[in-house]
Amino acid sequence: MSIYTYETKKDTRSGFGAGMEFLSLSNPNVVALCADLIGSLKLEPFIKNCPERFFQTGIAEANMIGIAAGLSIGGYIPFATTFANFGTGRVYDQIRQSVAYSGKNVKIACSHAGLTLGEDGATHQILEDIGLMKMLPGMVVINPCDYNQTKAATIAVASYNGPVYLRFGRPVVPVFTPENQEFIIGKALKLIEGSDVSIFATGHLVWESILAADILKEKGIHAEVINIHTIKPLDTEAILDSVKKTGCLVSAEEHQINGGLGDSIAQYLASSFPLPQEFVGVNDSFGESGKPADLMDKYGLNAKSIVEKALKAISRK
Amino acid sequence: MQKQDLISIASQVRRDILRMVHGCQSGHPGGSLGCTDLLVALYFDAMNLKLNSSNDQVVFNMSGLGEDLFFLSNGHISPVLYSVLARRGYFPINELSTFRKINSRLQGHPTPHEHLEGIRIASGSLGQGLSVSIGVAQAKKLNKDSSVVYCLMGDGEQNEGQVWEAAMYAPHHKVDNLIAFIDVNGQQIDGPTEKIMNNRDLKLKYEAFGWKVMQVDGNDMGELQVCLSNAKKMLGNEIPIMILMKTEMGAGVDFMMGSHKWHGVAPNDQQLEVALSQLSETLGDY
Repeated sequence: MSIYTYETKKDTRSGFGAGMEFLSLSNPNVVALCADLIGSLKLEPFIKNCPERFFQTGIAEANMIGIAAGLSIGGYIPFATTFANFGTGRVYDQIRQSVAYSGKNVKIACSHAGLTLGEDGATHQILEDIGLMKMLPGMVVINPCDYNQTKAATIAVASYNGPVYLRFGRPVVPVFTPENQEFIIGKALKLIEGSDVSIFATGHLVWESILAADILKEKGIHAEVINIHTIKPLDTEAILDSVKKTGCLVSAEEHQINGGLGDSIAQYLASSFPLPQEFVGVNDSFGESGKPADLMDKYGLNAKSIVEKALKAISRK
Repeated sequence: MQKQDLISIASQVRRDILRMVHGCQSGHPGGSLGCTDLLVALYFDAMNLKLNSSNDQVVFNMSGLGEDLFFLSNGHISPVLYSVLARRGYFPINELSTFRKINSRLQGHPTPHEHLEGIRIASGSLGQGLSVSIGVAQAKKLNKDSSVVYCLMGDGEQNEGQVWEAAMYAPHHKVDNLIAFIDVNGQQIDGPTEKIMNNRDLKLKYEAFGWKVMQVDGNDMGELQVCLSNAKKMLGNEIPIMILMKTEMGAGVDFMMGSHKWHGVAPNDQQLEVALSQLSETLGDY
């Protein structure tokens, strides 16, 4: 069995809410904005602790990004929050001009990313947000894997001076990383040591990768599992160290294959150390309504798919 | 500052605008000339700027705490902003000659990316500056900073939806340390605003959104001074202020006025000569 276990399942957005609650008491410069989704973003404790540092924008995300940029000029650290679809794609140009190009210390913090949003369907299930955000010069892109890591990431990005996209999700998922962990932006975490194949995963797919490594182990295959919580800047050193040992790799993410984590890794390795790589992600398609687990199975974002892709990568060595 | 002194500065700024746009054969002279009087009135008279106590020179820092701040939302009229900032002392006047050229801090549209003193946000993609200004104004309130935030938009820019998101937000959140302007020159790139996308009654619209709306002739320096003074007296009443500023695109140069043709076109050598002959060189060309 895996060295990783869990006692509870929690949603990563609640980890964000807990991080914001911590910041409400510990950092007087942190302010929050929300476009009519306080409950979904778990902002109630923050608002209760410091109502004067919360700005309700109504359903007007473009304005929210601009106001966040303005607040940052005055020395504040704004967290602009909504669903990932409305906080990235809908307001791409506002983020591009008023935040990224202007070099503002704004945190775009978004929930309900990916297929696991579930029943609301493809209009809300953005699968392109990592790509959109990582293309912006200077933008940091983070997709933590569970409640504890999301809380730690939220606290960490408040201390980083520059624009950040922090992505998390709606469903409850296993809480398997340590409480009160240190979060270092851009530092990949090796979860399982292995020698046959490297699995680089982000967000909800990290737990699935751990399950996949267990299945592979039963087949006598030792997979190395690395949690890439920061897609940009990418921890290329950790990636290179791992693949030099294993000789092949799989990337796994709840995102389009186009423009996602796997794409960043492939781009790096193609120019430094090319190796067989397989991709677990959504293959150029929109999502649909359904229960999160059923959707992840239908679109092949689960341990079973990771195992299949790992075997394929190994066969191409 | 006396009205005559401001008029004199405005003449030099208009010369700068024409020479900058001519120098790179691109840029937007029409709106820049139309808004020259406002920017001169703001930076040389109405605004309380942070000054170095030893030499009275302006000092730039990004946060702008304790001083009035101006944000240009219609960033394409960058020539007037650059000239006014340079003439006010934010950066060397000679740098105006680099406008829109490679390796310049004076990009086609303003940006803090190249660390140009006086610029705090990028603008150019329209509709974003009012939101940014509101955020800055709210930061000032959190900082217990009683200074004022000014924002200028274009009337064509009112086509953008984000403007109306911001228009709804500011009165709701009682952003009463903000004075915004719309440059009502009645022109946009494809023609008169009435034909392209009719703004109809901006006064009624902003009043319906909860703003205090004032109107002024934006090319009459005396009237501008009175209007700005009156507007400042109305701050702090839980209501944001919008000033509809009627201007003539191309103001100060006879052949550039009364048309949208000079929105984004540079004068040739002969046209420049004619234009400059209509504006006295009051402070020395760069």
